[in-house]
Amino acid sequence: MIKIEHMSKSYGPYPAVIDVSFEVLKGEIVGFLGPNGAGKTTTMRVVTGFTPPTSGDVTVGGYNVVSHSLDARRHIGYLPETVPLYLDMTVSEYLTYMGSIRGMNKKWVKERLPKVIDMVRLGDYRNTLVGRLSKGYRQRTGIAQAILHAPDVLIMDEPTIGIDPIQVVETRELISELGQEHTMLLSSHILPEVSAICQRVLVINDGRIVADDKPDELSTKLQHAERIEVSVREVDPSAFISSMRDIPAVIDVRTDQRAAIQQRAAREGFVPFIVDARPDLEAAETIARTVVENGWGLSNLTPLPMTLEEIFLELTTEEDLGE
Amino acid sequence: MGFITIIAGKELRTYFASPMAYVVSAAFLAITGFFFVASVSDAFAEASIRGYLAGAVFFMIFMSPALTMRLLAEEQKLGTLELLLTSPLREFEIVVGKFLAAYAMTLIMIVLSLYFVIVLFVYGDPDVGPLLSGLLGLALYTMATLAVGLFASALSSNQIVGLVVGSGILTALTIIDFVSDRVSGTASEVLDAIQLGASFSVFDLDSFGVAEGGHFADFARGIISLTDVAYYFSITAVFLLLTVLVLEARRWR
Repeated sequence: MIKIEHMSKSYGPYPAVIDVSFEVLKGEIVGFLGPNGAGKTTTMRVVTGFTPPTSGDVTVGGYNVVSHSLDARRHIGYLPETVPLYLDMTVSEYLTYMGSIRGMNKKWVKERLPKVIDMVRLGDYRNTLVGRLSKGYRQRTGIAQAILHAPDVLIMDEPTIGIDPIQVVETRELISELGQEHTMLLSSHILPEVSAICQRVLVINDGRIVADDKPDELSTKLQHAERIEVSVREVDPSAFISSMRDIPAVIDVRTDQRAAIQQRAAREGFVPFIVDARPDLEAAETIARTVVENGWGLSNLTPLPMTLEEIFLELTTEEDLGE
Repeated sequence: MGFITIIAGKELRTYFASPMAYVVSAAFLAITGFFFVASVSDAFAEASIRGYLAGAVFFMIFMSPALTMRLLAEEQKLGTLELLLTSPLREFEIVVGKFLAAYAMTLIMIVLSLYFVIVLFVYGDPDVGPLLSGLLGLALYTMATLAVGLFASALSSNQIVGLVVGSGILTALTIIDFVSDRVSGTASEVLDAIQLGASFSVFDLDSFGVAEGGHFADFARGIISLTDVAYYFSITAVFLLLTVLVLEARRWR
């Protein structure tokens, strides 16, 4: 549905997006991940036809966003980062107006409006002035205008930014539901959000795409080290550390310094360690055997998956090293 | 036409829902009322709307930008311009829709002030020709000033900037006659040709002037000249086009 080929966009001499190519297939939910200023918003603005690319081709639903801009725009529902609302209109008035400037006829909007309002759970506020709504409800109104005209493609720029945690959860649920019916491109700088909602993640940094994969495969692929949490009873920490260092698969071993774990360890009488090991060498097995052979009590041994935060840092720092 | 009407309708409703339209209308009625009364209350005063017209055209320099300053500046401030520009709308549909809303608002304001005409017919015997041509002139004049105001509103997200720039352009087009009086030859003719029509001589309560030889003078006298009509339409077209270009340029930044 969305196809971007070698797209670059500069603001004056400053490049915001450099030679980006990717495709979003029909029905896919793609997360667009990157730190602030990485080029997420710029890419989305190009896709929505708000700003043309400096070079390269972008098509939405088969229509080029520059040469057939109006046709392309008809296929898109867009929620910009700052939710654009007319504060002096009621929710229904605002949505009706947004529907009509998308070329929907009055009757159609009238039938569709109650459904959309139910979908985003704005029922009690339909006649409230938009200016009186809380941030979370404004966000929902914004989402409602994006899906009102039943677009094929939904583009949401940071849809959960600046709203309280409970509403964040609700908004994420709403977005997941919408993902069942729409092709979606969703940007975020919050990593768990993307991994919870999206089937595919594009990581962008300094205007370049640095990774494109499924959220869980991203972590396997990038796992240079396996991290294992080991808790041991009746042990001399230094003896444990030196015996671990003798295992060829182990890269590094240290006591776990996280406060919560430390407290539990003191209460339950074990010593927590973190072991970094080379993957594919069955490190966990060897560690378990070593602990038992030494007569220590093994109370916990858990391989930790790398979090997206770590992956993200890894990707972006690698990029820096490469340059 | 469809989208233009939708946008114009929305903006016109917004006018009636916000205090700005009421404040400007009240000011318009008060100011034109003052000039009307001053012009007809002399002992041998003529039964005409000359004073009203002179006051109206002069103060539209400030009132037109006040009416239009919100139209595009606020869209930029709220970020809703991004929605408009990513909807299947063309820039000119946005610009023309907003312009028509402001123009409708102004025409309503002018119609409200027409009780002056009724007063004239009740207490005097006004000449109908200059009266009609004067009102036509006022309608054309305000059209041009609103286009300038809308252009100023597109320049930034700050309404006050829109007001100041709009009034600035209109004032400049008005005080040109001071300059043209002091130069001669072609320069003077060119400057006269682009002079907007109002004049600071409106404050001379003995004459209630509009710019001598300017584009409004003939309308006030009862003459409808094609040059003057074409002038106001040109100013309107040029500034609406500039507004569209400003919006388009926004995309390319």
